[in-house]
Amino acid sequence: MDLFKRHLPVFLTAAIGILTILSFFIPHPLVANPAQLLLDWAIVTVASGYVLGAANVLKVNGEDALRQRVDWPYKIVLLLAMIAMMIVGFFLSGGTHFLDAGTKFTWAYDNLYVPMQSTMFALLAFFIASAAFRAFRIRTVDAGLLAIAALIVMIGRVPVGQWITRELPIGLQLPTWASWLLEWPQNAAKRGIAIGAGLGVMATGLRIILGIERNYMREEKS
Amino acid sequence: MNLGDRLEKLDRRWIFLLVGILVLLPLLFPLKLPIAVSGPASRFYEAVNAIPDGSIVVVSGDFDPASGPELMPMLTSAVRHLYTKNCKVIALELWPGGPPLVDGVLHSLGDAMGKKYGVDYVNLGYKSGNEVVMLAFGSSFSRTFPNDYSGTAVNKLPLMQSVDNFDGVKLLINISAGYPGTKEWVQQAQGRYHIRMVSGSTAVQAPELYPYLQSGQIIGLLGGMAGAAEYEKTTGVTGPATKGMDAQSSAHVFIMILILIGNVIYFSRRAAKS
Repeated sequence: MDLFKRHLPVFLTAAIGILTILSFFIPHPLVANPAQLLLDWAIVTVASGYVLGAANVLKVNGEDALRQRVDWPYKIVLLLAMIAMMIVGFFLSGGTHFLDAGTKFTWAYDNLYVPMQSTMFALLAFFIASAAFRAFRIRTVDAGLLAIAALIVMIGRVPVGQWITRELPIGLQLPTWASWLLEWPQNAAKRGIAIGAGLGVMATGLRIILGIERNYMREEKS
Repeated sequence: MNLGDRLEKLDRRWIFLLVGILVLLPLLFPLKLPIAVSGPASRFYEAVNAIPDGSIVVVSGDFDPASGPELMPMLTSAVRHLYTKNCKVIALELWPGGPPLVDGVLHSLGDAMGKKYGVDYVNLGYKSGNEVVMLAFGSSFSRTFPNDYSGTAVNKLPLMQSVDNFDGVKLLINISAGYPGTKEWVQQAQGRYHIRMVSGSTAVQAPELYPYLQSGQIIGLLGGMAGAAEYEKTTGVTGPATKGMDAQSSAHVFIMILILIGNVIYFSRRAAKS
């Protein structure tokens, strides 16, 4: 049993990981073709995950709605909306042409999904304004520097920043300051974080390929 | 109760109301403030302009309606710019909610500018798999997307018969709202296939992409609605981004004032306590 529960998964992980890495450096068909096949399989596997995801949404929210747990009315709305869109897509929108212009599915997308998503995102503007007033306090020197940088970038990236400093030499105008902040101090910090994260990803990838990290098998580190 | 106390206990719905008014007024009565074109936006325009007329360009629209107001203007400007240069556009999407938006832009501009579907532009639609799709797409377009957005086999489309990987593509344009998006395209496609790439992204995501801009992995960057407005200015076609910049200006100034007022109250209370 150890062969199927432990050794085979570790071997497969190592073999697939090494093959995928090799395919970055060796374009020869002996390496590229199997790697391409694995990519095709990965796409199919991810796509089938959507079916599981839909089933999971139905199960989790259906149970909550039946047992009248917290926010159960919203879960009923979620399930009804999901089922309604499925019915519209599968049966009322011309079969495989459900994405064509003028179908009921496209109508629902344009007139329900788009406005609702846009509305949710637009609410951010209101909450950011309220949070800026109530929570953005300059308690330390660091917070002060952050506030100064934020104000320069916020105003320098919109036309009003250019307009209020238009009489100054170009080097002193707010858009120049905002660009400098974005391109140098901000960039240096981002690059440091990115390199650190990249090294972390490489280390974790190597640990998985070498079988040291086996969390994906629900197993402790060896 | 003094003014500081009253402001501190201000019902936040007043702030919401003011934000609404300050966004709405400039949209109704535009101030037409001048727009300065930043270096990254200018380089985006130059990168698109520099490709030879008639070239094949891949456009990946990785966003959904939530970020549509920021990203649709830059997608529209980019597609119009490409159509003006008679470039052939191959579009794909890696976010499930976005394909109809991209499809709408391709078709509405295509119809207006006399472009023919399958010959001048193709929409391959959505495919799940994120980075895996990027990698697979780089090695074979037709194998990764056997059918286009409306279900037509891609080998029946004349444009797709002339190209099957990045070898025949002059530029990759990614319009991105997050993951998967520009960072992943750089890591999986630009780094591997050495394709020239430009990016248009949401304002909140743009700072993350500056390291790739400085390293030359992306050669131009549009950040948020401001970037889209700058691109509109360089292309000479005013659109929704330019119109939205006055509203964004007034909202930003208001938020700045709120931060200042909040801190004046905070410091005055701290001084009173000490």
